[in-house]
Amino acid sequence: MNTETLGQLANLAVASATVVLALAWVSHLVEWAGRADVFGRVGLSLTVVGTALLAAGVLARGLAAERVPWGNMYEFSLVGALVGLLVYLGLVVRAGISWLGPIVTGFAVVVLGLSILAYVPPGPLVPALDSYWLVLHVSAAAIAGAAFMVGAGASALFLVKERAERRRGSPATTGLLGRLPPTAAMDRLAFQVHAFAFPLWTFAALIAGPIWAQNAWGRYWGWDPKEVWAFVTWVVYAGYLHARSTAGWRGRGAALLALVGFATFLFNFVGVNLFVSGLHSYAF
Amino acid sequence: MRTALLLLLLLALAAVPGSLIPQQGVDSIAVARFRIEHPDLTPWLDRLGMFSVYTSPWFSAIYLLLLVSLVGCVVPRSLTYARALRSRPPRAPSRLHRLPAYATYDTDRPQADVLADAERVLKRRRFRVDKHGDEVRAERGHLREAGNLVFHLSLLVVLVGVAVGSLWGYRGNVIVVEGSGFSNTLTQYDEFTAGPLADGASLPPFTLALDQMTATFQTSGSQAGQPKSFAAAGSLTPAPGLAADPFDISVNHPVSVGSTSVFLVGSGYAPVVTVRDGAGQVVSSGPVPFLPTDASYVSEGVVKVPDAAPTQLGLEGFFLPTAARDDEGLPVSVFPEGLNPALSLFVWQGDLGLDAGVPQSVYSLDKDGLQLVEDADGGPVRLLLQPGETAALPDGLGSVRFERVAEFARLQVSSAPLAWLPLTGLVVAVVALLVSLYARPRRVWVRAQAADGRTMVEVALLDRTTRADPKQGLNDIVAELA
Repeated sequence: MNTETLGQLANLAVASATVVLALAWVSHLVEWAGRADVFGRVGLSLTVVGTALLAAGVLARGLAAERVPWGNMYEFSLVGALVGLLVYLGLVVRAGISWLGPIVTGFAVVVLGLSILAYVPPGPLVPALDSYWLVLHVSAAAIAGAAFMVGAGASALFLVKERAERRRGSPATTGLLGRLPPTAAMDRLAFQVHAFAFPLWTFAALIAGPIWAQNAWGRYWGWDPKEVWAFVTWVVYAGYLHARSTAGWRGRGAALLALVGFATFLFNFVGVNLFVSGLHSYAF
Repeated sequence: MRTALLLLLLLALAAVPGSLIPQQGVDSIAVARFRIEHPDLTPWLDRLGMFSVYTSPWFSAIYLLLLVSLVGCVVPRSLTYARALRSRPPRAPSRLHRLPAYATYDTDRPQADVLADAERVLKRRRFRVDKHGDEVRAERGHLREAGNLVFHLSLLVVLVGVAVGSLWGYRGNVIVVEGSGFSNTLTQYDEFTAGPLADGASLPPFTLALDQMTATFQTSGSQAGQPKSFAAAGSLTPAPGLAADPFDISVNHPVSVGSTSVFLVGSGYAPVVTVRDGAGQVVSSGPVPFLPTDASYVSEGVVKVPDAAPTQLGLEGFFLPTAARDDEGLPVSVFPEGLNPALSLFVWQGDLGLDAGVPQSVYSLDKDGLQLVEDADGGPVRLLLQPGETAALPDGLGSVRFERVAEFARLQVSSAPLAWLPLTGLVVAVVALLVSLYARPRRVWVRAQAADGRTMVEVALLDRTTRADPKQGLNDIVAELA
């Protein structure tokens, strides 16, 4: 199969993945609206199918370009969505977090939809990216980002349920909120994924990134806008970990910080790429 | 903890403006442009130090306070930890059932057996265990605090390493044309920045000769014209008297001499131009670097000819790597590689101003004492030359010959002493962080009391993190005991 065919195959797979994931999202929303649990199961099955299609698309894309398939913003969006879905599905198996389905599928559909705006046909890498650190630095950042996404989803739902229960004065057992696990369990899950993501982010942003920067640009840290925001994200999540053992910040405060942390991560990917020029202008 | 948390959030907030406003240390050209575009805002931003956020007093104040708070927290905690290392598990609370994870059962086994079992089970689970009367006290997870402390201490090491690197480090940029060389002394640099304690006079005395600079570009597909590879080849002599080693520098692959490394950060074209004056004498000859203006590698430059007679000459214009004509017949470049190179030059005559004692850029003409050379019709003379072509200048001023194209490498020489220190600090920090996040400090008490020929057993577990479900941990232990 030649490059062009593979490229078209990749586009086809990504497009079908987006459609299937959109159906999964709708299915989960119907489940949330209080319909039968069968919609939850359908949503989860569709998520698995959509993830497999997306994985095939990313793989074809890599084969078409003959390199790791994360060399520009479009590809990183695909890989980011894929890793997010894989981490989610892994945690569905391990920790039964399918209650995050509507958030994760919705997020993936939005990312895949917006990625069309950054579409470029498969092609070779610019010389600066031609390094094995591209594999380490970017994949660690993507996995950490995926875990941050799950953590932010859990924290957001925690905040909603915690607020409702505080107003009502008793645990929510019915309706949408009743479908969610107890707030303590959501809080614990959020911590577990952040405890996984934070060391990985430290590696991606503060170890692998600087080593590569030293090789490529002759300095390990130079306050490039991308570096600044990676640092801001790191500091906010460090704040999250501190907040969890600070009186008055446990629970709600920490959950809010998790959302802020994920917002800085997203801004680094979208905002810094689009509005700020810097050394990372090949769009990571 | 609250102080540390607030300072962390403040630090995150304080780092943001430096990514939105151009920074002097990162991109000084962008700062200059910003100053011109925002004349009203600039004085205020200057007062706040917004163009060098990361060295500004207020940013420094935040991280220094954070440092003080870190030391103030870690030192007493280390002392407490040193004592805790030798301490024995604490006695059981009198009302065990008040603990969040509590179970009780009765058994017909004797009290002593139950306690001995508990001791064995907990020891196997790597608890530190004491048996006292009718209770077994157990504690584990001391490593969590160790990881926590080592993590924070490592951050101090990282900061020290970064400080050493920026105080004693330096960074310089130089353009080296194919066939010429560079020796590592201050005067050879086009641009040089050094930490306050770096000694510019004692740079490592290496020299390098550049034989070939090769830049290739994508010739087809969606990314045509994008760079494909950059490589500089030559030889490097680490110190006078030593043998020269061949080198091959490309992007991501620098060459090192001790703690100093040479990086390839850019490339460009240096047309080789020979100028003869009115008397037919060669008054200027050699490669002249033209600076790329953008990714198309259309490059700007000047040739200064102070020795020309009857008047000094200055040539100013563009180098076009792959020349073509646009719709209006003007010369443009259609590809960044030198496939059809052309030089487009205007000619100036008069006084170049080199004797005024004012330093000048080699990339621009000071036109105060110069006139544009015009042709018979009164229009400016525009030379358009391809390699091997010669153009005669009007009025017996001489001639200009474009011999060939050489390429130049823009090299960055930088030294960050002790760069391994912050790296090691961070690696240790991540390992310690993992320990502190994954170790599970918990205490378990088992109390067994004989009553009516049976033994009443109480088991309670205190989880000192919120990581795991404590009831689950308790159930596992009870299942093994009962």
